[in-house]
Amino acid sequence: MTGAIDIKKEAMASQERAAGPWREGWRSFRKSKISLVGAGIVIFFIVLAVFGPYIAPQGINEQDLSKRLLAPSSAHWFGTDDFGRDIFSRIIHGARISLRIGFFAVILSVIVGSLLGILAGYYGKWVDTIISRIFDIMLAFPSILLAIAVVAVLGPSLQNALIAIAIINVPNFGRLIRSKVLSVKEEEYIVAAKAIGMRDSRILFSHILPNSMTPIIVQGTLAIATAIIEAAALGFLGLGAQAPAPEWGKMLADARIYLLKAPWTMIFPGLAIMLTVLGFNLMGDGLRDALDPKMKS
Amino acid sequence: MSKVLLKVEGLKKYFPIRKGFLNTQVGDVKAVDNVSFEVFEGETLGIVGESGCGKSTTGRLLMRLLEPTAGNIEFGGKMLSSLSNSEMRKARRDIQMIFQDPYASLNPRHSIGKILEEPLIVHGMGNSKERKQKVIELLKIVGLNEYHVKRYPHQFSGGQRQRIGIARALMTNPRLIIADEPVSALDVSIQAQVLNLMQSLQKELKLTYIFISHDLGVVRHISNRVGVMYLGKLVELTASENLYAEPLHPYTQALLSSVPVPDPTFEREQLIISGDIPSASNPPSGCAFHTRCPFKKAQCSSVVPNMQEVKPGHYVACHLYDAIQH
Repeated sequence: MTGAIDIKKEAMASQERAAGPWREGWRSFRKSKISLVGAGIVIFFIVLAVFGPYIAPQGINEQDLSKRLLAPSSAHWFGTDDFGRDIFSRIIHGARISLRIGFFAVILSVIVGSLLGILAGYYGKWVDTIISRIFDIMLAFPSILLAIAVVAVLGPSLQNALIAIAIINVPNFGRLIRSKVLSVKEEEYIVAAKAIGMRDSRILFSHILPNSMTPIIVQGTLAIATAIIEAAALGFLGLGAQAPAPEWGKMLADARIYLLKAPWTMIFPGLAIMLTVLGFNLMGDGLRDALDPKMKS
Repeated sequence: MSKVLLKVEGLKKYFPIRKGFLNTQVGDVKAVDNVSFEVFEGETLGIVGESGCGKSTTGRLLMRLLEPTAGNIEFGGKMLSSLSNSEMRKARRDIQMIFQDPYASLNPRHSIGKILEEPLIVHGMGNSKERKQKVIELLKIVGLNEYHVKRYPHQFSGGQRQRIGIARALMTNPRLIIADEPVSALDVSIQAQVLNLMQSLQKELKLTYIFISHDLGVVRHISNRVGVMYLGKLVELTASENLYAEPLHPYTQALLSSVPVPDPTFEREQLIISGDIPSASNPPSGCAFHTRCPFKKAQCSSVVPNMQEVKPGHYVACHLYDAIQH
């Protein structure tokens, strides 16, 4: 008799555990094969980025001028470049640069953008006017042009490229979270929080922010992909990573004169960029389907 | 009569209407216009009216979730309407609110335990262990269980959620609870449960309620006194039995005659009023009801009727009763 009751209690308890809103999101994310493929690609590149130096057969700077521009072979899977460096090894090392720039630039712009967006959305009036107009001005520039301008001011380096990419992404996140906050702050549970006697800061960070985060997570994942492309573009223009760093965009730029003679010098860095971006995009789409309540029936 | 807990005098809320490029103010929506009433300790004051008559706005003004345009709110000897924002935040410990939509009034990302504990954290009441104990105690009081603590709002039915909303309102041991249409989103069978729960809690915890609703039957069931609002104004205020037995204001009479009676053979005189509610941004002059009133007199369109005590404890704002007074 008591045994039966215990079992029932246990069943109830186990039901409780599996119910957080994040967990539900994960459950529906798992159902989509294509987003799992995206997540797989992303994880693959993260592993490369973390363990790159242990995986790569050669260092980034081991030149062997007798082996210049060799076609892919069993010794050099992706061939060699104009200095006789192993492209395969350089691409593995490059994963760390590209992912780091993608993650940190996006995290930086999410933090700054969310803060500005949440203030604009919650307080409205002149706060909103000032912040929104600044966003408008920034969005009026083509983003890569703005990034070039920022790097031109700060000086070309990988770190400054990261800062530039973070800056140009701020208004995207700011506007996104502002619009979300505008709708969330009218929810009855926010009125209820005020009625309880909560401070603004607690309402903002404990109630409004968590309920406004899902579009940011989705947009953030997709933005990592764009940030990687932008970093590559800056590298290609000579404004990002400096030689001899194995940044993929920089590799593309250095190899462009050998396009016809040794196409593998361009194909493989290009493929690496494409694959990473594809991975983040697929994962972002999957996250959107899983987390965005508007897409749910 | 027991002590006055809440005294409202001349409460007004005008929402400005702005238009054009320069945002110039072109008028006001008079959501609440010169409302005065008292609430006695331990009673339930019902406020009824059609949608848009300002009853919910009144509720929010009392907690200063909206800032009143004018008027005094005195609660337990404290002048709420002149407190600073941070003092008001602390004062909310004694006045809590139950909301209409149990689906929208609970944060979907917080577990029930967190939702219920939060008022205590905000007001610095008790340590972690005491707070957790109180949460469980109140969950049991409103008829839920200890294991519900870890669940999230979407796992509950509407009635259960409203119980959680009630438990949240009770966490800080408030003296006054403003219930803003607490049962209108619920099924009729669940409505009765929640109303009974509210009544038994009132007895046990000596609570005072302001019960806002458009449902005359529900208000009659739960209220000691009832105020009727029309277009931002209080038109009649009296004990519940008086109001239902002998409504004085023509608007109240019309409202009551529109309540369906569960008896097909019952024939009654219906007082049907014509027309729509006038716009609150451009209310009629004089008595707000004169455009639809079947007993309209000459002065109704020019003179605003004052609230007067026509019978003991029976207040009405209508020119029809001027003669009785003089």
